[in-house]
Amino acid sequence: MGEFLQVTSQLLEGFSTSVMLFILTLIIALPLGLIISFCTISKFAPLRIFFKVIVWILRGTPLMLQIFVIFYLPGLLNLFVWPTMDTGWAWFDRTITTRFIAALVAFSINYAAYFSEIYRGGIESISKGQFEAGQVLGMTKTQIFFKVVLLQVIKRIIPPMSNEIITLIKDTALANFISVLDILYWAKDFMLDGLIWPLFYAGAFYLVFVGLLTIIFNRVEKKLSYFRV
Amino acid sequence: MAYLEIKDFYKSFGEVEVLKGINLDIKKGEVVTIIGSSGSGKTTLLRCINFLETPDVGEMILDGENLFSSSADKKDGEKELRDKRLNFGLVFQSFNLFPQYNVLDNITLAPTLLIKEQAETYKKELKEKVELNRAEIKKAVAEFIQNKKEEIAKAGKELLEMVDLVEKEKAYPCELSGGQSQRVAIARALALKPKILCFDEPTSALDPELTGEVLKVIKSLKKKDRTMIIVTHEMGFAKNVSDKVVFMADGVVEEMGKPKEIFENPQSEKLKVFLSSITNKDGE
Ligand SMILES: Nc1ncnc2c1ncn2[C@@H]1O[C@H](COP(=O)(O)OP(=O)(O)OP(=O)(O)O)[C@@H](O)[C@H]1O
Ligand SMILES: [Mg+2]
Repeated sequence: MGEFLQVTSQLLEGFSTSVMLFILTLIIALPLGLIISFCTISKFAPLRIFFKVIVWILRGTPLMLQIFVIFYLPGLLNLFVWPTMDTGWAWFDRTITTRFIAALVAFSINYAAYFSEIYRGGIESISKGQFEAGQVLGMTKTQIFFKVVLLQVIKRIIPPMSNEIITLIKDTALANFISVLDILYWAKDFMLDGLIWPLFYAGAFYLVFVGLLTIIFNRVEKKLSYFRV
Repeated sequence: MAYLEIKDFYKSFGEVEVLKGINLDIKKGEVVTIIGSSGSGKTTLLRCINFLETPDVGEMILDGENLFSSSADKKDGEKELRDKRLNFGLVFQSFNLFPQYNVLDNITLAPTLLIKEQAETYKKELKEKVELNRAEIKKAVAEFIQNKKEEIAKAGKELLEMVDLVEKEKAYPCELSGGQSQRVAIARALALKPKILCFDEPTSALDPELTGEVLKVIKSLKKKDRTMIIVTHEMGFAKNVSDKVVFMADGVVEEMGKPKEIFENPQSEKLKVFLSSITNKDGE
């Protein structure tokens, strides 16, 4: 029993790191993706092409490669070394390390690229008539986007978004390749001590979390079912 | 005296020349219908009038004010364009209601969004004209906004009454029939009190049994002396409601006149062919 409690608390601590990485990535990548999507549909060709290439690279190479590059390359090129962090906040000290930040940067950029494609698809799927109806009613471009188009886009992109977001929580496991102390790091640690079951136990954490996410997305979908696009 | 003057509109899309010198005068309170075969440029003309497209060449004058001139040295900014668009209303073939808003909100959304700018203008006026302190100005502006909101809500309900959809006030567009949707779209366009209301085939997307209710609303607008430009394939309706019928072919106004002249005594060969093709299609 003592062993179970010890494993549980260690895995919980690891999972809180995974979830932190998950949440912070979303906070950064969701808006960043929207900005990138505006760039990739911009009428200004250099901007559009530049961001299309960036998105192509980010979606076309392994996320793990991107994590390695972001973590090691600055040091190898003598640009900078990821600074050591001492926030002085007890909780942060244990969960946030410079490795964590490198992983966060990699995840945010990579997921922003994926999200931007989803946004772009969503925006382009809204009929031209909606934009034009707003225009002939004297609305500004900003008003048309926020008051008319956005909610329709959100409704359209919830299914692909929820897929991507569910993939993200599982992808956070990749961070332990640069020794971020996430849940799998600890599960692996126990395994090296000869305990196999914590690996499955860790899997259960992901399963429950994904289950919760699924319930949330279903709720949102239901909330937006009062209209059709 | 012409209320709206369209002079020499030319418009090409790439290599395709769609409008080839359109001239059209419309009097105040007049109902003008535009007929013509597919691809003759009717939609393009309406879109130019509503500033959704910019003519390559041409001039447009409304009530003595030059709204558009291709020879002007400066292109309109977004704000000017918006102000100019507000002179016109446009009802689309495919309604284009905003799906996430209920019927009343569809009608009141655009006027409500205009309040902010109007309040700014009002505030400026107040500051210049009268000696009020900060708090008094703030209060006056708040009152102004509140009044506007009430006005808009009241006007919205009146419009719903006019299009006979009072009981659908809280319904969402997906719960409406095509005919009801189009009536909401008409009310929405009217909410901004356009000087000229344009329709692009308002009944073409509707089941035949639903066209009647929409045409009835348009007829009721004619009784109120609204100036309207209506592109339509409903010849019976055009005959019935128009003060003037414009026949477009290949990007020009081929023939124009009173409905009687156009339908009973067509002059040009193209119009004769067009009219006979229509009657054949209807199986008359
Ligand atoms: N944005 C555009 N780009 C390229 N071509 C266009 C565009 N809009 C219209 N056209 C072309 O212009 C011509 C006239 O189109 P328009 O829609 O004005 O005709 P219409 O008289 O309204 O026809 P219909 O009765 O079918 O609605 C067509 O050949 C069409 O293909
Ligand atoms: Mg058309």
